[in-house]
Amino acid sequence: MKTDNPVKLSCRNVWKVYGENPDQFFQNGSGQVDDLEKVGQQIADSGHIGAACNVSFDVHEGEIFIIMGLSGSGKSTMVRCISRLVEPTAGEVLMDGEDLLKISDKELIEFRRHKMGMVFQNFGLLPHLTVLENIAFPLKIQGISEEKRLARAREVIDLVDLTGREDSFPRQLSGGQQQRVGIARSLAVEPEIWFLDEPFSALDPLIRRQMQDEFMRLQKMLHKTIVFITHDFLEALRLADRIAIMKDGKVVQIGTPAELVLSPADDYVMEFTQDVPRVRVITAGEIVINGGSTDGLPRVNASSNLEQIMPMFANHPEGMAVERDGEIIGLVTPQAVVNALASESNSNGA
Amino acid sequence: MGPKLHDRDFRGLAPWVLVLLITALSLFLRADYVWLVNLPSNWLIPVADWINLGMDWFVATFKWLFRAFNWVLNWPLVWTQSFLQWLPWPATVAAFCTVAYVASGWRLSLFTALSLGYMVVTGHWAPSMNTLAVVFISIPLAIAIGFVLAISAYRSKRVNSIVQPILDLMQTVPTFAYLIPILLLFGFGPVVGVVASAIYACPPMVRNMILGLQKVPSDVIESGLISGATSHQLFWWVQVPSALKNIMIGINQTTMAALSMVIIAAIIGSSADIGWEVLSTMRKAQFGQSLLAGIVIALIAMVLDRISWGFSDRTRAIERNHLPGLQRYRPWFVALGLMVIFTLLAMAVPFLRIYPEAWVVFPADPINQGLTYITANYAHVTDAFKNTTYFYFLLPLRIGLGKAISPFSWGFVLTSSMIWGYALVGAALSAWLFVKHGWKISIAAIILLIFLYFGITAMPWIGFILITSLLAWQIGGWKTASLSVLGWSFMLFSGVWPQAMLSVYMCLAAVIVCLLFGGALGIWASQNRVVSNFLRPINDTLQTMPLFVILIPFLMFFQIGEFTAFLAIIAYAIVPTIRYTEHGLRHVPEEIVEAAQSMGCTNRQILWEVKMPLAVPEIMLGLNQTVMFALAMLVISALVGTKGLGQSVYIALGKADPGLGLVAGFGMALIAIIADRIIQGWSLKRKEKLGISG
Repeated sequence: MKTDNPVKLSCRNVWKVYGENPDQFFQNGSGQVDDLEKVGQQIADSGHIGAACNVSFDVHEGEIFIIMGLSGSGKSTMVRCISRLVEPTAGEVLMDGEDLLKISDKELIEFRRHKMGMVFQNFGLLPHLTVLENIAFPLKIQGISEEKRLARAREVIDLVDLTGREDSFPRQLSGGQQQRVGIARSLAVEPEIWFLDEPFSALDPLIRRQMQDEFMRLQKMLHKTIVFITHDFLEALRLADRIAIMKDGKVVQIGTPAELVLSPADDYVMEFTQDVPRVRVITAGEIVINGGSTDGLPRVNASSNLEQIMPMFANHPEGMAVERDGEIIGLVTPQAVVNALASESNSNGA
Repeated sequence: MGPKLHDRDFRGLAPWVLVLLITALSLFLRADYVWLVNLPSNWLIPVADWINLGMDWFVATFKWLFRAFNWVLNWPLVWTQSFLQWLPWPATVAAFCTVAYVASGWRLSLFTALSLGYMVVTGHWAPSMNTLAVVFISIPLAIAIGFVLAISAYRSKRVNSIVQPILDLMQTVPTFAYLIPILLLFGFGPVVGVVASAIYACPPMVRNMILGLQKVPSDVIESGLISGATSHQLFWWVQVPSALKNIMIGINQTTMAALSMVIIAAIIGSSADIGWEVLSTMRKAQFGQSLLAGIVIALIAMVLDRISWGFSDRTRAIERNHLPGLQRYRPWFVALGLMVIFTLLAMAVPFLRIYPEAWVVFPADPINQGLTYITANYAHVTDAFKNTTYFYFLLPLRIGLGKAISPFSWGFVLTSSMIWGYALVGAALSAWLFVKHGWKISIAAIILLIFLYFGITAMPWIGFILITSLLAWQIGGWKTASLSVLGWSFMLFSGVWPQAMLSVYMCLAAVIVCLLFGGALGIWASQNRVVSNFLRPINDTLQTMPLFVILIPFLMFFQIGEFTAFLAIIAYAIVPTIRYTEHGLRHVPEEIVEAAQSMGCTNRQILWEVKMPLAVPEIMLGLNQTVMFALAMLVISALVGTKGLGQSVYIALGKADPGLGLVAGFGMALIAIIADRIIQGWSLKRKEKLGISG
């Protein structure tokens, strides 16, 4: 599991409060408050708006962590708090143990230049630069020579399949292509942490699907630590290792897609999950039975979902061996599948 | 059928009734109490004198500073002028054509060649080059000032809140008015033109640049930030290039404004430039000469406009900058080569150096003779046109039907039974409107009837101020209302009230005509592509034209006087009404029109029932522009004899009296700002109600 990897990024009680005097609710910038509800009430009563309230989560190395929420839920505010495009009111954002909110402006610039990459919903491309120049732009900012930065940009352009469009201008490209440029640009500096703020929301459904596949292909190669923002629950399910659901600035639930679908924390989460076909969310790894003999059984990957493995039971009613990272971790049986789905429909029917 | 009387909303009616009662009362009492119309002179506040005292002190104290500035600025000006005069004309033409080619291609290059050719052939080369020299110095100055102001205003809210109202004033205070203090500070000389035009021309730069910077999408800025851009890098590499389109539009408008002001500055007669050529011949009633020189100004304006506009087209610029290697500089090498060749050739061939006097084609005399022939033989036509308009439209508006109707003008005497008839019909009309369309229309009709009978200039000030301020209050709240009260009071107590009312009358008369004819043309253009395509270049040309060129053709047929000014104001101010009307009608949301079509509406029904109500706010914005344009032209037309604030400014300029000039100029600005707040406020309110944005 990715959650076994060391923590790369950690948000501790992060707050972003808008209004006249947002600092009054916190002591010394600490986001820890004694009575959460009381502070929330105070914020609302005094005409302030809590865009992010006491948000805490960890993102592990190589993990795709998705923050999902509807508009106004604070998800975009959160990703901007981490990158300090928005200055949080209180809390800590630790990257490799260092608090990003305490570093100087100069250090922050260095940090952004070398460790962060970000993809934007409306691409954020510079209209006066070509595709190649746009991709090389973050390197230009670092003061890297034209020759070197263009060479690097050419490497990344291959990565996102835009070879041949180097000299086009953004307005000459389709939305999907523009976002490929945005992705390439964010990867040009080889960031350690990769932010994607609703990267595919402005695209047509078909293109969106393609770009999601493309994104997964890239991640398989690059193993970045990713914070991905979306309002599309199905997109989150498809891509995430773990999902945080936000509502009114607060995190409602954090978990793997299966955890969210199988045990939603409240009615709000349930509304998103109830129409999701369980067989697509539950993976072999989650219903694996440890122990037992797996000799001679066909192997399935722990990340395969039930929809993919169920047809195989027709020929192998005794079950299949589940492997993760090349190692066999246990057995998946038809009974286990039935159990998982049954417990699900019970809880739903209740 | 209107709603039943008792169902209606009568909120806001009471103050109107009160205001109308006060107005009526002051109208009855005005014969006995003259101060109701004209304030006695011992009630006035000598603002103009105070300004003069302050100005005297300021000039005495700081004159050396400005004179030093004058001295410094004079050098580049003299150099540019002598260089342009020295450069053989074919070399200059080659240079201009290259710039035009790079900006927009060979068509503009050809047009530029023909325009400059006209200047050469008609013998206007030397004064044209003098004008261009002043323009070339003042444009960079205006752009630089504008750039700095825009950056500071963009970065600091506080600076912005100071800069914005100053920009409003700079654009609404008539240019003549601030020529006076500039003249006193800088002394006579061409530098006055440079300074005045730099001041006048920088507001569009500031506004467009701020707009451009504000329009840069947050995604773009954040992408720069997340790449680790310093604030310096962010500004120059991200924000400025992204705002380039707007910045170039600003430069285009600044260029046109600078040219316009340089021409106007000719009025102080400081240099032998083309503006002076037009003005001096105009004063001598040599209209042929004046027209020929006026065409030069028009051509310069068009060339500068198209060139700076060409540069603002980003696609071309980008493609140009991405040509490989030296190829992108090729036109410049060609130009440089041509310039050198012509300069060398000119040493041997004299006519290349200076176009010979003997070859000049200057058809002023035939034009004058033709004009004399027309005015001699068709005087009855022009006179009939002039008198009809004057007696039946302008005069009633100014002094009211009560005085305008006389045997001399209308052919009969106004009897008291006619007056009673007018009153009764008016009352019946208002009552009918009240029942049919509600109290607002009815009140508007009553006010209109009162104004029409008594005339704008004879209105008691108290009635005028109360009516406009109440309107301002209902539309824009107490802020707009207090602006209106304070603004009018300023004009009242500083002693320019009668002139202000004359300006209001002239402006109103022109605006009414613009609204009728411009509105009709706009509607026609919105229905008919051919008309639209025909009107567009005419509108474009009229808008880029420096103001007093527009006076020339009307002056030729109608001589000096208010009527000429009236027509010139209409010619200039009608453009926005046409444009906004067409734009408003064409940009009604497609699906609303389709919905109407699918209900079976005829085209006429779609126009009047669907498009018109939705386009009205946009048309009102056009009307707002029309008012602003009319006021601007009103000042210039003081040259050909209008009365009012414009004339006061003009007189003040002649006497170098900054107090009078600034008071009258400020009055003009106040009229413009009050009208702007009321009309624009109404339009925005209406848009909001209809749910149409921007």
